[in-house]
Amino acid sequence: MDYFFQQLINGLVLGSIYGLIAIGYTMVYGIVGMINFAHGDIFMIGGFIALITFLVLVSIGLTFVPVILLVVLLVSMAVTALYGWTVERIAYRPLRQSFRLAPMLSAIGMSFVLSNFSQVAQGARVKPIPPVITGGYTLHESAAGFAVQLSNVQIVVVVTTVVLLAIFTWLVARTRFGRDMRACEQDQTMAALLGVDVDRTISMTFVIGAALAAVAGMMYLLYYGLVDFFMGFVAGIKAFTAAVLGGIGSLPGAMLGGLAIGLIETFWSAYCSVEYKDVAAFSILIIVLIFLPTGLLGRPEVEKV
Amino acid sequence: MSVSPDILTVEHLSMRFGGIVAVNDLSFAAKRREITALIGPNGAGKTTVFNCITGFYRPSGGSMRLVHDDGATFQLERLHDYRISKVAKVARTFQNIRLFPGMTALENLMVAQHATLMRASGFSLLGLLGVPSFREAEARAIDVARQWLDRIGLVDRADDAAGNLPYGDQRRLEIARAMCSGPALLCLDEPAAGLNATESGALSDLLLAIRNDFGTSILLIEHDMSVVMEISDHIVVLDHGVKISDGEPRAVRDDPKVVAAYLGADEDTAIEVMESGT
Repeated sequence: MDYFFQQLINGLVLGSIYGLIAIGYTMVYGIVGMINFAHGDIFMIGGFIALITFLVLVSIGLTFVPVILLVVLLVSMAVTALYGWTVERIAYRPLRQSFRLAPMLSAIGMSFVLSNFSQVAQGARVKPIPPVITGGYTLHESAAGFAVQLSNVQIVVVVTTVVLLAIFTWLVARTRFGRDMRACEQDQTMAALLGVDVDRTISMTFVIGAALAAVAGMMYLLYYGLVDFFMGFVAGIKAFTAAVLGGIGSLPGAMLGGLAIGLIETFWSAYCSVEYKDVAAFSILIIVLIFLPTGLLGRPEVEKV
Repeated sequence: MSVSPDILTVEHLSMRFGGIVAVNDLSFAAKRREITALIGPNGAGKTTVFNCITGFYRPSGGSMRLVHDDGATFQLERLHDYRISKVAKVARTFQNIRLFPGMTALENLMVAQHATLMRASGFSLLGLLGVPSFREAEARAIDVARQWLDRIGLVDRADDAAGNLPYGDQRRLEIARAMCSGPALLCLDEPAAGLNATESGALSDLLLAIRNDFGTSILLIEHDMSVVMEISDHIVVLDHGVKISDGEPRAVRDDPKVVAAYLGADEDTAIEVMESGT
């Protein structure tokens, strides 16, 4: 039982990271109807920016961990958001009126551009950092000597995710920008006719998606203690799976799907086979597409009259 | 200096699609603070005219001049990419309802006030920081929306998704939304389509109130002759892309050319419609 709880904690932490990335997929799909395959690499970029900021801060002698974390968070969000904005501006916007596959192909190309750029600029090797957040709590210790651990870094990951998610939900549900975004999602022509700047709203959607991906990248760095140029690919596809599982286009669905994929992957690794954990995650994608094409919280595609 | 009495002047407007002439050398004027109806049998080119005025089509020829109350003049055929709605302040609705179905009635009206709120929010930055001036603007926008909801009798359903409202309410909400964007000219494409007698009565009242209380000029495409005859100040009749009659409702109704055009479309209906007009 203790083993189960430990896996539950691990799974929720991993799921939080997937969920943060998945929101970027689902938001972009909702508003422009394309899958942004470069989003995983935006996540990777976020991880690298966090790493670089961290190293810079340490090298100038900053040692107070909360300040370091906050600065790293803000810098990586800001810089990665700029990446997200740029990618949309140069690779997707010119193709918006083109045939449906064009932006998707462009997105796949952009994904390679970003990962190869990181490989060239930062090197192909895995970049480790020493643990920034240490310590933790032992929740329960069984007679057999197995202890359920909740580390501080896990708490940081989950709390950050929850806080950002709350801010983000508020942004979409309660602000002028959120209204514009939902309006563009439902009828771009009408939104434009009513004075909404559609281009700007779409740009902002990419910016927010990228900022959340940057948070995920930073959490990944803190949790696993490393980044590499290729990490965006698998994490991105898994987050995409999460978005599909939750119902693509649905924001709570993306988070739910992220948690589900995180849990499935963790439990599969714990009880079945670590080697096949990716197979398990992607099998989910296929099963969902066959039996539940609209996902857990997705609405069926409504025929436009 | 007095501003031209015509808010919209259409001159020699033509629209061709390949070999088909949808609108042929059409000229008419819509007067300020009046309801101008554009009628005609199916396929007469009414919606094409609308699409030219609102910038969805680039006309093959001719000009469309819009003059605001303050004298600002716009050549609509030269404005692109939604500049007609933004700058010239022409609002439109479509034959089918195009509310944002997943958003509440109130939110639908709030989106239409985007431009005002955008300025007040300092292009998002101040808004996110919760600066008081933006909060006030937001509160004012909610106020405007509430007044419109009150006018169309939907205050109680302000927080219901627009897509769940009854059809007639959706129609009126759509017009209220167009009005929230503060238009100089309101173009309505068959607003009474699919409404029952009570609902189309409520619609007529709403349109008259818009004209009388707000002084907004309305250009209207409508098949429901009871609505057209009741509220129009001026009627333009199209048939096969050509204007066949233009004048006051009474004159148009008795115009033999109009009767003939409708007779061509469907004999019994046409006569019935012409007679029930009074």
